Amino acid sequence: MAKILAFLLFVLTILLNYAPEALAATATPEAVALHLLNRLSLGPRPGDLEALQAQGVEAYIQTQLSPQHIAQPAALTQELSQLTALNITPLEAFQQYGPPLRTKGQKPDPAAFKAAHLHARDFASQAATGHLRQALESPRQLEQVMVDFWLNHFNVYAGKGFIGLWLGSYEETALRPHALGRFRDLLEATARHPAMLFYLDNWLNTDPGSPGAHGIFKGINENYAREIMELHTLGVNGGYTQADVITLAHILTGWGLCPRQDHRPADRSGFCFDPRRHDFSTKTFLGRKIPGSGIAEVEQALDMLAASPATAHHISYQLAQYFVADTPPASLVNHLSQVYLARQGDISAVLDALFHSQEFWDPQYFGNKFKTPYQYVVSALRVSGQPVENLLIAAGEMRVMGMPLYGCLPPDGYKNTQRAWLSPEAMTMRLSFATAWSQGRPPLHSALDPGQLTNTLGDSLSPHLRQVIAATPPHLQAALILGSPDFMYH
Amino acid sequence: MRRRQFLQTAALGTGATMITIGTQGWALRAQALVPTQQNLIVVFLRGAVDGLNVVVPHGEPNYFSSRPTIAIPQPGQAGGALNLDSHFGLHPALAPLMPLWQHKTLAFVHACGSPDPNRSHFEAQEYMENGTPGITSTPDGWMNRLLASLGVKSPLGAISIGATTPRILSGRMPVANLPSGKMIARPLPVDRPAVAAAFSKLYQGTSPIDQAYQEGVSARRDLIGDLEAEMTTANNGAPPVGALASDARHLGDLMAQDSRIRLGFLAAGGWDTHVRQGASQGLLADQLKGLGEGLATLVQALGPVYQRTTILVMSEFGRTVHENGNGGTDHGHGNVMWLLGGRVQGGKVYGPWPGLEPEQLYQDRDLAITTDFRDVIDQVLTAHLELRPSDLRVIFPHYTAPSQPLGVV
Repeated sequence: MAKILAFLLFVLTILLNYAPEALAATATPEAVALHLLNRLSLGPRPGDLEALQAQGVEAYIQTQLSPQHIAQPAALTQELSQLTALNITPLEAFQQYGPPLRTKGQKPDPAAFKAAHLHARDFASQAATGHLRQALESPRQLEQVMVDFWLNHFNVYAGKGFIGLWLGSYEETALRPHALGRFRDLLEATARHPAMLFYLDNWLNTDPGSPGAHGIFKGINENYAREIMELHTLGVNGGYTQADVITLAHILTGWGLCPRQDHRPADRSGFCFDPRRHDFSTKTFLGRKIPGSGIAEVEQALDMLAASPATAHHISYQLAQYFVADTPPASLVNHLSQVYLARQGDISAVLDALFHSQEFWDPQYFGNKFKTPYQYVVSALRVSGQPVENLLIAAGEMRVMGMPLYGCLPPDGYKNTQRAWLSPEAMTMRLSFATAWSQGRPPLHSALDPGQLTNTLGDSLSPHLRQVIAATPPHLQAALILGSPDFMYH
Repeated sequence: MRRRQFLQTAALGTGATMITIGTQGWALRAQALVPTQQNLIVVFLRGAVDGLNVVVPHGEPNYFSSRPTIAIPQPGQAGGALNLDSHFGLHPALAPLMPLWQHKTLAFVHACGSPDPNRSHFEAQEYMENGTPGITSTPDGWMNRLLASLGVKSPLGAISIGATTPRILSGRMPVANLPSGKMIARPLPVDRPAVAAAFSKLYQGTSPIDQAYQEGVSARRDLIGDLEAEMTTANNGAPPVGALASDARHLGDLMAQDSRIRLGFLAAGGWDTHVRQGASQGLLADQLKGLGEGLATLVQALGPVYQRTTILVMSEFGRTVHENGNGGTDHGHGNVMWLLGGRVQGGKVYGPWPGLEPEQLYQDRDLAITTDFRDVIDQVLTAHLELRPSDLRVIFPHYTAPSQPLGVV
């Protein structure tokens, strides 16, 4: 009888399309809600647990998968609209905040140079403010989580050249609109963005025999061609050769930046394709013939890369690692790869499958991801429930913990595994941070209330932590919660 | 924070299961001093340094024809290489290291690298750090396995500078890491006795996070006081300006003072010079100047301990022989490995030189590899750290040392 019941339950589970509640049958409703807030948001704020339970698990997932239907609070929209860096194009940013133009025969004025530098630095810091403001306050939390994911997948480095001026645009126009959209669109948007063109040097990539080859635009640069396959699409063992790297570099010749004094009114994005520097020969890329045609060659190559099963596997592995476990179960990766291919790289379809997978709801994976410094600091801001004016202080804490926002120099972006972030020094820094913030150090305003923290985090606090809290003076209890393993894992 | 205050803090913060070393650090250290023991420091240049512009093969005509705008001129010319021998010269930005070359405690192994043909920074670094080229599943780094072979009991056996534990040191043996730069001796809220006492009760277990906490407390207690003392007393000479030199000074000071530290690790980034890397001056020259200054500072800080230390400088792979279209170089294959130390048979460039003629290049573009990077490390482990063959098989599984050792140590 029991076997028959178990079988019926199994069939029912399938009929219900893996309803999350059924998949996580052994977990309490509060644990289910907390798991969702831990993975689909940057951590619970006061009231989030109750709101999610009132809304229902499935409704919460579907709402988060369609961020365009979630209304933004007016105050947030208002603040974001005032951050210039998020709202002007890279070309405009460079023209307004780049180095002052030199007039021929005139010596540059050091005072003017310095003023321009400070002006630019202030402008560049708006990107971090805009990012963290949304991480803290946007109800479109899954979108923000995916912006964090893609920002590392398509990493650029603020410290190189003028990329700092373009980060607001990169995040708001290249990443965010496609964060839950089609991978092919995301790939295109990053490929055309000046931050990426400059970071991986493709703006210089030139056919040496072309009529436009001169000055610094003298020849092939294979940096972007390699990384787009290794990191952005196929993955390091994705079946391409060194010859494919060189061929893709030739396909990408002339794909670059507009000159500073470009007055074409139509397109202010800063992206320009220069046919005079392009190699128009016919090429063989990943075994397929691509006739020389200019910009269409790049589009064809990006089509091939985005549609490749190797890319499906690579993206699925990374999503499963980010959302489920440092070593993700192969069954889940294979399942997500199939969905990626069947749905032509529709990211929200892949995530929908992920959030309805048995693996995502397996309690052994609950609370098993060690937070990155970014996730740790942002989740602490969120759990505090306090209004925060100066978010750059929070950005400074991430820097101290070894993860400055936009500060990852190598192109593979920050990792999100425990092996990358758990170290003796990290613990020392995190506990110092937890102590200072729990006592109300800026950017917070007042000491945190341990009772309120416990309510916000629900039943995630372990009995051991509760015991230690009970034996600790009240003024240190909130520090213990923020500095606990319970809060460092999510 | 003064040292005494620090020790009190640490004493109060010590939980029952803490790895206890004792609070009488100075006295204990004096007893523990073993003047004959040998140490190893690895400096990893992340991003693939252009070894052909570090140790310049000025005897090769193809070197100059392949690099029309970025070649380092012949020794004797303006901005020329510093002559090492009839075939090789050193980048002029590394002039601070020439006294070490003249004293024969600096050597190079050229055309060296990993047998895995990968040109991915991340895979190649992974292989050089886990010590098993071609195998990514190896759980620990070779320096962690080395720590086990050395029989080090102290959690201070290995120290790296930086906010995270590098792959090369990760594994089951405890290792300490210290923050980079000025943060290193800053007083922190966790130093306060009441705070430390509360967290020590929380982190008493044996899980990875408990261990990380315990090792962090222990390292801070034992090391920061030393650094405080060092930094508040007058330094010999001007304090170094570069970030690497500052880290190098901290590491060197610690290893000079505390004989429990056997292994050290430093990393420096910014070597991925795809664009306008320059020649005698420019981007790479500036990077090398900082590195040369860092290594000279490290040697100076180690003081007498330099005589029983080997410093290895390595990078994941070399760069293309030909400069690319933008005055830079792309990902290549063979590179140069550096060795410094009292036991190094220096003043010589080691390794069979494969040549730069077109038919001699690896895949028609790169410096070929004639020496496996493990051959060099194997020499250091055998001749310098005096490990047994059975230890070497654990540190470098799936590897057979050459019958004829390099003789560099």
